[in-house]
Amino acid sequence: MNIIVLVKSVPDPAAKVGVRDNKIVEDGLAWEANPYDENAVEEAIRLKEKYGGKVTLITLGPKRAEETLKKMLALGADEGILVSDPAFEGSDELATARILAAAIEKAGGYDVIWAGWTGVDWNQGIVAQAVAEYLGVPHVSFVTKFEVNGQTARCETEVEGGREIIEVDLPAVLTAMQTLNEVRYASLKNIMAVKRKTIPTWGAADLGINPAEVGKGAAHHHLMKLIPPPERAAGRVLKGAPEETVQELVRALREEVKVL
Amino acid sequence: MDFDLTDEQRLIRDTVREFAQNEVAPRAHEVDETGRFPEENFKTMAELGLMGLPYPEKYGGAGGDTVSYALAVEEISRACGSTGLTYAAHVSLGCAPFYLFGTEAQKQKYLTHLASGQGFGAFGLTEPQGGSDAGSTKTVAVKDGNEWVINGSKMWITSGAIADVIIATARTIVDGQDQGITCFIVEKGTPGFTPGKNEPKMGLKGSITSQLFFEDCRIPAENVLGEIGRGFRQMLIILDGGRISIGAMALGLGVAALEASLGYSQERHAFGRPIADYQAIQWKLADSAMLLDAARLLIYQAAWLKDQGQPFSKEAAIAKLFASEAAEKACFEAIQVYGGYGYSREYPVERYYRDNRLTEIGEGTSEIMRLVIARNILKESEGL
Repeated sequence: MNIIVLVKSVPDPAAKVGVRDNKIVEDGLAWEANPYDENAVEEAIRLKEKYGGKVTLITLGPKRAEETLKKMLALGADEGILVSDPAFEGSDELATARILAAAIEKAGGYDVIWAGWTGVDWNQGIVAQAVAEYLGVPHVSFVTKFEVNGQTARCETEVEGGREIIEVDLPAVLTAMQTLNEVRYASLKNIMAVKRKTIPTWGAADLGINPAEVGKGAAHHHLMKLIPPPERAAGRVLKGAPEETVQELVRALREEVKVL
Repeated sequence: MDFDLTDEQRLIRDTVREFAQNEVAPRAHEVDETGRFPEENFKTMAELGLMGLPYPEKYGGAGGDTVSYALAVEEISRACGSTGLTYAAHVSLGCAPFYLFGTEAQKQKYLTHLASGQGFGAFGLTEPQGGSDAGSTKTVAVKDGNEWVINGSKMWITSGAIADVIIATARTIVDGQDQGITCFIVEKGTPGFTPGKNEPKMGLKGSITSQLFFEDCRIPAENVLGEIGRGFRQMLIILDGGRISIGAMALGLGVAALEASLGYSQERHAFGRPIADYQAIQWKLADSAMLLDAARLLIYQAAWLKDQGQPFSKEAAIAKLFASEAAEKACFEAIQVYGGYGYSREYPVERYYRDNRLTEIGEGTSEIMRLVIARNILKESEGL
């Protein structure tokens, strides 16, 4: 079974992110694998362990994303491909999906494609589904349990207030929830094996993509302004007898914060 | 000159950190309180391939370098000193003798078993009457036909009671002739070999420290590690390597103490402000950070020299001495930052302090470290 996993390098979710000139300040930010992508990689490795085959990771991003790719390779994946080209910078979700789909086609021969259900950076959660559209294969999102039965797979997914059981034809694109599995630690053996792997970089020319059709210039939507959330003001402690403080609290809730 | 870790070293550090913080650290308090040996930590560490980190894959190791090994010891010790010491002793004292001096057959049989984490190793050097004076070994091994007969005892042997195989030093007598000190391989369960009870200690309570007794303990002639009479020299080389890991262990405990201080001093208020706002506290934090940073560089340097195949005996002694005293200071100041809570067993800083105290004694006391350093620099300066 050949499995492809889409891995994204995102800022450390615990890091404090600053904003300057409508961009996030990248200096000093630690970059990690998108946490749900780790679940996707874990599931891919489990499938390989069960059915044999190969796990290929594909990451779209700048050169620094290679470290994230290496970290995910160390979980036990076979190959990693960095898709990177200055022309890809600023691509919107559709263009991102197009680039990834082209890279998947080039990698070739897949039975299952996994991705995290959303990226914790911009939280769009639509690239994987668009990739499926470009490839012309079905997709199932928010997968919490996955079983292969020959040419189909049985997926359990999370929906508002319940679960869905979906049977899907393979190949298919699937997106992983955190509850899908528990991600293993990289073993030293696999970490050492990463050194022996070469990670190719594929650019627009390698993928046959016209640079004019991707990137910032071709985006269908544009970020007008990026505004950091307001600093949280310190709380106010009301002092005095309960009768007075309650009255003051109700007044403040009505007149100042207007939640009542 | 390049101060960056390689991608691989960073990956190893981050992985061990994640494992240690998620799994080892939450148990550390309970392990310290009950004195329980945290077996489950080592089960996972074996699965991850940590137990033979710096040894070749063909002997069950992971093929990592000494810098990576030091990073692993630091991260594990930062989470739990008991686990850190047991780990460092296993790799540096249990496995190293076989790797450095074992025959190919001994490596296949013992190193592979230990480095793959199937069992613990231990190193029996110190005796009840002699720690630093290791040359005065009283344990004797007398050649009797095709066997050695060992009599004597060893003291303060980390993991001595749980090890599958022990390297024990003994004065060697062949045909009535004293042949000097030899390292012998003694397997668990050999008749005449009995580990004593687990010694109660000030800290590192989850590590096992044993006295070992040899009473007419017979082992086969081939259970000599390397050559007869080379034991003292072998021991010195083994300890040189071990000192890097004890330095790394101290660093991990010191870092844990500093991190606790940084957190607590920003939460705890006095006179209307977080205590971290006061210079009295800031100076403690700054001093600890400075000392630990310097300790880290010394440890990396000694580890790097070892990886380059260059002499590192002096640098390992400097790194161990400096790191253990740096951590002592960082742990001491952490207790001051915490005040009364620092003295309480409900908070972790007093544990770091107790655990770290061993790093100024084990694998050569601070006094012996100064002796090693002085001997080296006096020798270097001969003819000046």
